[in-house]
Amino acid sequence: MLMSEAAKFEDFRVARTGAAEVTPAPKPPSEPPLYASRVKVYPKEAHGRFRTVKWIVMAVTLGIYYLVPWIRWDRGPYLPDQAVLIDFPSRRFYFFFLEIWPQEFYYITGLLVLAALALFLVTSIAGRVWCCYTCPQTVWTDLMIAVERFWQGDRNQRLRLDKAPWSAETLSRKGATHLTWLLIAIATGGAWVFYFADAPTLARQLVTFDAPLTAYLFIGIFTATTYVLGGLAREQVCIYMCPWPRIQGAMFDRDSLLITYRGWRGEPRGPHKAGQSWEGRGDCIDCNQCVAVCPTGIDIRNGPQLECIQCALCIDACDEIMTKVARPRGLIAYDTERNLAAVGRETVPIRVIRPRTILYAAAMAVVATIMLIALLVRPDLDVSVLRDRNPLYVKLSDGGVRNGYTVKLLNKLYGPRALGLGVAGLPGAKLSVVGLENETHPLVTVPPDELKSIRLYVTLDKQAVAALGGAAKNFDIVVTDAGADEHTEHSAIFQGP
Amino acid sequence: MAKRDLRSSTDGETTTGHEWDGITELNKPLPKWWLWTFYATIVWAIGYWLLMPAWPLVSSYSKGFLGYSQRERVAEQVAEAKAAKSDYRDKIAAMDLTAINNDPELLSFALAGGEAAFGDNCAPCHGRGAQGAFGYPNLRDDSWLWGDGTLAAIHKTILHGIRSGDPDTQTNQMPAFGRTGVLNEPQIADVAEFTLSLSGKANDKEADERGAKIFATTCTPCHGADGKGNPKLGAPNLTDELWLYAGDKQTIMADIRNGRGGVMPAWITRLDPETIKELAIYVHSLGGGR
Repeated sequence: MLMSEAAKFEDFRVARTGAAEVTPAPKPPSEPPLYASRVKVYPKEAHGRFRTVKWIVMAVTLGIYYLVPWIRWDRGPYLPDQAVLIDFPSRRFYFFFLEIWPQEFYYITGLLVLAALALFLVTSIAGRVWCCYTCPQTVWTDLMIAVERFWQGDRNQRLRLDKAPWSAETLSRKGATHLTWLLIAIATGGAWVFYFADAPTLARQLVTFDAPLTAYLFIGIFTATTYVLGGLAREQVCIYMCPWPRIQGAMFDRDSLLITYRGWRGEPRGPHKAGQSWEGRGDCIDCNQCVAVCPTGIDIRNGPQLECIQCALCIDACDEIMTKVARPRGLIAYDTERNLAAVGRETVPIRVIRPRTILYAAAMAVVATIMLIALLVRPDLDVSVLRDRNPLYVKLSDGGVRNGYTVKLLNKLYGPRALGLGVAGLPGAKLSVVGLENETHPLVTVPPDELKSIRLYVTLDKQAVAALGGAAKNFDIVVTDAGADEHTEHSAIFQGP
Repeated sequence: MAKRDLRSSTDGETTTGHEWDGITELNKPLPKWWLWTFYATIVWAIGYWLLMPAWPLVSSYSKGFLGYSQRERVAEQVAEAKAAKSDYRDKIAAMDLTAINNDPELLSFALAGGEAAFGDNCAPCHGRGAQGAFGYPNLRDDSWLWGDGTLAAIHKTILHGIRSGDPDTQTNQMPAFGRTGVLNEPQIADVAEFTLSLSGKANDKEADERGAKIFATTCTPCHGADGKGNPKLGAPNLTDELWLYAGDKQTIMADIRNGRGGVMPAWITRLDPETIKELAIYVHSLGGGR
């Protein structure tokens, strides 16, 4: 058979270079494992500007989450008075003054597009701001760590507690931590279900065990996910599960403000004793406080890393130390790559307005404008007409022709409406509504906030059919709301033989 | 086998040993719990095999220890749906047709049920849109062969059918005038010409006049002296623009020569009374109801 390709290539290579295979590398290390145990992170408490901002954001976001279902919004006697309600049984989404029907789901799509663009914009300006302050995973993890710190003490005490043999104290401290976590988790799941039903009613039902099984099921699911993801898994969600860190790379550029260790100022690093000169050395005293406070357990001094959620706590920790050793703050700070590269030559102003951010902002403006216009021109009476296609028309005994239509009347008002039906642009047409055959001016009552489907017949006599000349005729079905002095026209087609 | 060098050539980090055209893959170990989660899914799958129906066998399948069956579940759900409808069904059973037709809520329930039942039972002959076909009446137009198009008349026809053999069925026959020798071929042609003239379509005046005489003696008992038919006897109106069979001379001659007698089954033995009532209301709503 043929000489193997590899062997042929080797012959060719030797002939060309006159060299045999290079000697193999020295003894390789043993094969590393493909799976690693988690190294537990014991974040130390940070104090400072960013920590304060994060506490405030946590209070605000959690406050929104827990309180919003309890806000009331009067919509009249026929509709729920909950400001934000996702009503699955009647397929409506209420958001303060807005009410979204299933066929208007594109508003939600628009909102999601807007949210994604906002995320891109913010990320290209200041990095993972979303991850740092508002991501639920960060907020709840922060809360869970605060609980842990309350029961088990700060980093060093927790390290000691984990190393110590099991005792009554360990048990009680850890037990209290997990119990508090579970209570928070239950409260999280409990708040979730209130978005899907009338909150006060459901709260009463939940306590008296009258609530639907689904409610308990979802409280259970969210209790489990909050406890596991927020309490136990923590930074692993960000590192292994979340796709966002992988997408970030495409969002940052040389002008994005990222949490940065200013190596030019910090290096060479080393311990520093009070009174020693700062000449010929960097400002970093290698105290490892930035590592101690990091909730994902990394060293920011190694440069930008996938694990870094840019929580800014290392800035607080470092600033505290720099103040103590009487050096300027900002050894770790929000900084741009361009500024870092320009060190020693000139200071580079921060460019917030640049093609990328302009593009994102413009895209947001376009989407927001489209949504706003769609919202403003949205009618509160929707008419859709489906003409019968089987049969296309019905021939009558006197030579006349009748066409059938299904008319869907959608009343978006919060009260019932009586709607009259008529025909325009079809001379000689006779109209009849199934169920109201005996009425000359049929009035259809559509209940509040509902859709009503009716059957409508339009008949032309023999002369009128002859006048059509065999062609299909466009005409309008006119729906009139006498009470509101308002009418809507919907085009339809009359088909003759 | 020699041990591979797993160090990356650039920064000394370890690699997985996988290499494609000189590109090596760095080893970033997955967390162990990830692996355990994977094993847990395998265990779950085994449990699922045992507990749920899973394995196809020669003539059956493994039932699983939980005994879950989607077929049984469907049967349960059908029963549940039936029970949920019983409120309306009871009302429909108790009320008369006109009262149902005047109650918007019951009407819309009956129309939905009637449409479904029509599709299952009536569409094969009358068509999915009730538009009829050659020999099968169009139920949407304003002409009725039997009865007067009221709810009661439609209901009666569905219950007992036409020439169905049911004791209460409506029955009558268009005789085969040609085959039985009552009329010869030229006479048949004349009567057909006269029939066309009733709706203003005749061409041959002499044949028309000859046909009128035959019509007066032979056809009027059922179709009437003016040819307008008699819905009590199922005799069609010959003066209008609608034809159960086709309206050309050849077909009309065939009608006279061989007779006609289409059959509609009696549904009283096949469907429950509520469904038949729903069907009557549905057919009444199609445009021809009076």
